[in-house]
Amino acid sequence: MSLWLVLAVNSVTLGGLLFLLSAGFSLIFGLMRIPNLTHGSFFMLGAYLATALIRRGFDFWSAAVVAGLLVAVFGGVVERLILRRLPGAELAQVLVTLGLSFMVADVCLMVWTGDPIQIETPRALRGTTAVGSLAFPTYRLAISFIAVVSAAGLWALLDRTRLGAMIRAGVDDPAMARVVGVRVSRLFTIVFCLGAWLAGFAGVIGGPILSVYPGLDQEMLPLALVVVILGGSGSLLGSLVGSFVVGFLYNFGQAMLPELAYVVLFLPMLVVLVVRPEGLFGRQAL
Amino acid sequence: MKRLALAAAVVVLAAAPLWVGGTYYVNVASQILVYAIFALGINVLVGYAGLVTLGHAGLFGIAAYAAARVMNGGAGHVTVAVVALAVTLAAAAVFAALALRGTGLGFVMITVALGQIVWGVAYRWISLTNGDNGVSVTGRPRPLGLSLASPAAFYWATLVVFLVTVAAMAVFVASPFGVSLRGTRDQPRRMNALGYHVWMIRFLAFLFSGLWSGVAGLLYLYYNQFVSPQAVALTASAEALLMVISGGTGTLLGPIVGAALVVVIKNVASAYIERWNFVLGAIFVLIVVFMPDGLVPGTVRFWRWLTAARRPAAPAAVAPAGD
Repeated sequence: MSLWLVLAVNSVTLGGLLFLLSAGFSLIFGLMRIPNLTHGSFFMLGAYLATALIRRGFDFWSAAVVAGLLVAVFGGVVERLILRRLPGAELAQVLVTLGLSFMVADVCLMVWTGDPIQIETPRALRGTTAVGSLAFPTYRLAISFIAVVSAAGLWALLDRTRLGAMIRAGVDDPAMARVVGVRVSRLFTIVFCLGAWLAGFAGVIGGPILSVYPGLDQEMLPLALVVVILGGSGSLLGSLVGSFVVGFLYNFGQAMLPELAYVVLFLPMLVVLVVRPEGLFGRQAL
Repeated sequence: MKRLALAAAVVVLAAAPLWVGGTYYVNVASQILVYAIFALGINVLVGYAGLVTLGHAGLFGIAAYAAARVMNGGAGHVTVAVVALAVTLAAAAVFAALALRGTGLGFVMITVALGQIVWGVAYRWISLTNGDNGVSVTGRPRPLGLSLASPAAFYWATLVVFLVTVAAMAVFVASPFGVSLRGTRDQPRRMNALGYHVWMIRFLAFLFSGLWSGVAGLLYLYYNQFVSPQAVALTASAEALLMVISGGTGTLLGPIVGAALVVVIKNVASAYIERWNFVLGAIFVLIVVFMPDGLVPGTVRFWRWLTAARRPAAPAAVAPAGD
């Protein structure tokens, strides 16, 4: 398989992971106007919790789901106990979420030490799958598949259900949504837990590829930020497109300009900011 | 009375190497001054312009890296300082042009991203920045032929720069420009309607803020003789922001108190426990939840509440907190 194809497959995989991470970030930002800087920590925490669960005899998929749920509970507690007290105080929200991310990172370092931990690829998905004359790593295909299914699921949730309609109403005009009887504060908790769940789950299924190590949170958070700035906050389509753009830029940038990979990653963000500050698919300015 | 207090404060600060005891404490005092300059620079944006930045460690680091590269190229110290500050100002202009495309949360996110770009360059662009190993330099400048090699001499030199910074801030805050900047913070639309160029005012404030961050970065390099990607990490930006917030935004004294607090806690905490980041995060959360306007205004309010509780007949204090 040629280098380019390998890079393309890796890019799609990373894009899928980024979509799971940034869809929640984007929804939280779009609906609650909270810049959730703990989102990278949710990702890392999910992965670490899964390693602990797997060591206790869980299999990969149940560990992924349970770790995601634990992260969602943690997110819910943070939202109910702390963020709930700071409505509209953006500076305070930035500081609290940032402070929490430091605390989570330090606790993870204390519990799981500084050594990287590799999550084993589930047995059924090891090896390669032949598509035509080409062989693809099965697990990477599976991640892309999960991302596509999640995107479809999220779209259906937002576009086809009553809950989704309420969330969209909350994103568009929270005051008006309240007036017509939507309990926006409960939506906040639901969306925050959902976002945390997606991030934690993404951390687990990303584990076999990325492995888990201290600093993973600070590495993923800027990627999610770039995706949301690129795609526009509160837009699912924006997250999807932004994730794949970032996935491709990251992998091809690292292969072709290893020293400048990080800069290449941020260039399209800068272009979008200059040309269209609200993001490609955003409706309101950031 | 105020002047007397000010003069007394300067005397106490100038005599610090004589009364703090030990070079270790003199060095801590130098660190406090360097970070106080940095915090005052950030406060221009956070306090007076109402724009929260999480990317200023990038500017701080750009100054340090630029100075280190030029110094290792064999340039004299005047050239080093001029080049470092010019590069920082140019970077601040780019940062400002991009970050001011958003306001509020957008501004915060863009500054985070910009700071991470600088970190990425510092960490990965090894031919320029030597990656994770950082860049070392040797020698401090000798202004007027005075050696700054001893901790006390360096402290005094830093104190002079610090006093210049404080004076510049005081002039800035009282100037018409400072007033119009606060106007754009409180009522951007009205300021616009009154004919002020809100974007340009914010842009210039960003440059001013970047300049002092650069000065602090330069002093940081002279102090440590070393700069590594750690200096530009998001944690560094967050620490500096914590200094401003914990002391109280939009006050002259707040960032200085905050810088002293954070540097002291950091030195004390790291002597006893490894978990400085946990402490930093916990302080963030506690301050935001319990003292949202910072220690200086928070303490003032607490003091008023205490005295009011002791003398229930006293009229309620209505004087606003110092600006």
